[in-house]
Amino acid sequence: MIRLLATRISTLIATLAVVSALVFGVMNALPGDPTLVILGIDSTPDGQAALRARFGLDAPLGERYLAWIGGALTGDFGESYSFSVPVSELIAERLPVTLPLALLAMVLTGIAALALGVGAALHHGRPGDWAAMTLSQFGIAVPAFWLAILLVLLFAVHLRWLPPGGFPGWDDPLAALRALILPATALALVQSAILARVTRSSILEVMRLDFARTARAKGLSRGQTMRRHVLPNALIPIVTIVGLQFANLVTGTIVIENVFYLPGLGRLILQSITNRDLFTVQALVLFFATVVVLANFLVDLAYILVDPRLRRPAAR
Amino acid sequence: MSPRGIPTAAPRMGRLLPVAGRAGLMLGGVLVALVFLAAGVSLVWTPHDPTVIVVTARFQPPSAEHWLGTDQLGRDVASMLMVGARHSVTVALLAVGIGGSIGTALGLAASAIGGWVEEAVMRIADIGFAFPALLFAIMLSAIYGPSLSNAVAAIAFINAPIFARVARGSSALIWRLDYAMAARAAGRSRAAIALAHVLPNISAVLLVQATIEFAVAILAEAALSYLGLGVQPPTPSWGRMLSEAQTLLFLEPMLAIWPGLCIVVAVIGFNMLGDGLRDATDPRLARAR
Repeated sequence: MIRLLATRISTLIATLAVVSALVFGVMNALPGDPTLVILGIDSTPDGQAALRARFGLDAPLGERYLAWIGGALTGDFGESYSFSVPVSELIAERLPVTLPLALLAMVLTGIAALALGVGAALHHGRPGDWAAMTLSQFGIAVPAFWLAILLVLLFAVHLRWLPPGGFPGWDDPLAALRALILPATALALVQSAILARVTRSSILEVMRLDFARTARAKGLSRGQTMRRHVLPNALIPIVTIVGLQFANLVTGTIVIENVFYLPGLGRLILQSITNRDLFTVQALVLFFATVVVLANFLVDLAYILVDPRLRRPAAR
Repeated sequence: MSPRGIPTAAPRMGRLLPVAGRAGLMLGGVLVALVFLAAGVSLVWTPHDPTVIVVTARFQPPSAEHWLGTDQLGRDVASMLMVGARHSVTVALLAVGIGGSIGTALGLAASAIGGWVEEAVMRIADIGFAFPALLFAIMLSAIYGPSLSNAVAAIAFINAPIFARVARGSSALIWRLDYAMAARAAGRSRAAIALAHVLPNISAVLLVQATIEFAVAILAEAALSYLGLGVQPPTPSWGRMLSEAQTLLFLEPMLAIWPGLCIVVAVIGFNMLGDGLRDATDPRLARAR
């Protein structure tokens, strides 16, 4: 168990090292002078030299990478060129939009997927099952940002129940929540279409096993069997997908925040592209990639904890 | 299950499946053919020039002249959608083609050589999985400015590890089969066997995967061009049509409906075709995955 954990953690560290090198490499080693990108082609050599000095771009590539990654480890992502504040401050300011959005979307995904998946499994092979799976086929094919636009059309333009975009800040928690409902729903519906399929097939698989049949045979109702025996056992693959989906949701926020003009990290990253703020883009890409890698790692860990069979190396 | 959490196999539908499966294959084929048809025809003919601005003809309702009406600049929506189809299909073909070829070559080589090379290729593929296409496109756009080729590169980048894994996984089985071992015994090199025996025998699996990745690529292209990181104006694209229509939701909501429907039709078409092809080429695969 300890050895397995150690292996996983060292894999995590190696993955993060390679991912950060990849981000740094793409942003710095590919042809293209960052000072030209930031200042434009009509900039003067003096201006470029000043920028190089300010951001330490004269140092060798390896040295700059080590300085950057060393800073990142202590939460120092350098200074934003366009906002003239530390990037870490920008992240701290925007995270209270992006994180609640992703979490809310995750909760909604879980509820919708369990309802749809369990419902479909209980009606296996009948029209209810077919309808739920057709619905999920559509859900998988719908781009989240289009769904978002449709939701705005219905709930903001026609019914006027919810705001079409913008974020009032957390000073008024109710208004903030109202602003997050549509974006979170748009993210969640697409993800839950995927999760519902996994839920359904996982439940169907467990329902075929002997202990589920025994539970029914000893007189438990379908609902009781589902709650006490089937669901707990079917949860393992579901949890895996949930973890992977959290990563999807976090990157999905980049698109959705731009649909709803939410001042989160996703909007910041696109603003930084427009502002040619390479260092902020680089820091944010590393941030998002790290979230994805960490989510994958936690899934792996949860998997080992939930399923004792995986703790023995021979079982893999 | 696929690492990105997208189930790539059609779930069993009990008694409904045999019928639904075949119908799905047909329907998927028809939808995909429609998309290719629109894209192909747009090369030689569109009802109107989709880039010509006619301010006097803004927001026209659908008519014989403008099948789906006109947008805020008087451009013909149907023509824009046709050219949009062409760009979607082009990006998907290039991205899946390039990423798929690189990935397949790596996976094939990994399974042929084995040992630490195989291990290394698979670990690199793992890291590729940890990197969403959107982030890669964002980095390229930050350095080189947004463009069609950046979108292609980013989507190709996520395809390579997927195909590497599929190619390596399915060719591992072939290497153990009698004819591959016989070829080894007869003295053929591993490279020759990989190309002459292994590749043809995993091509069906690769084709199925490519069809499904096509759907993913169309979704990714739409998202990138919606964000302004893909095809640049004035070239019409489904994603950018949506981002323009979004600002006009109160005025002309239908402008936001058509491009989205096109994306959904294309994606459902490729998904159904892929699922159907999978069942048709290897019924065991549909269950195993």
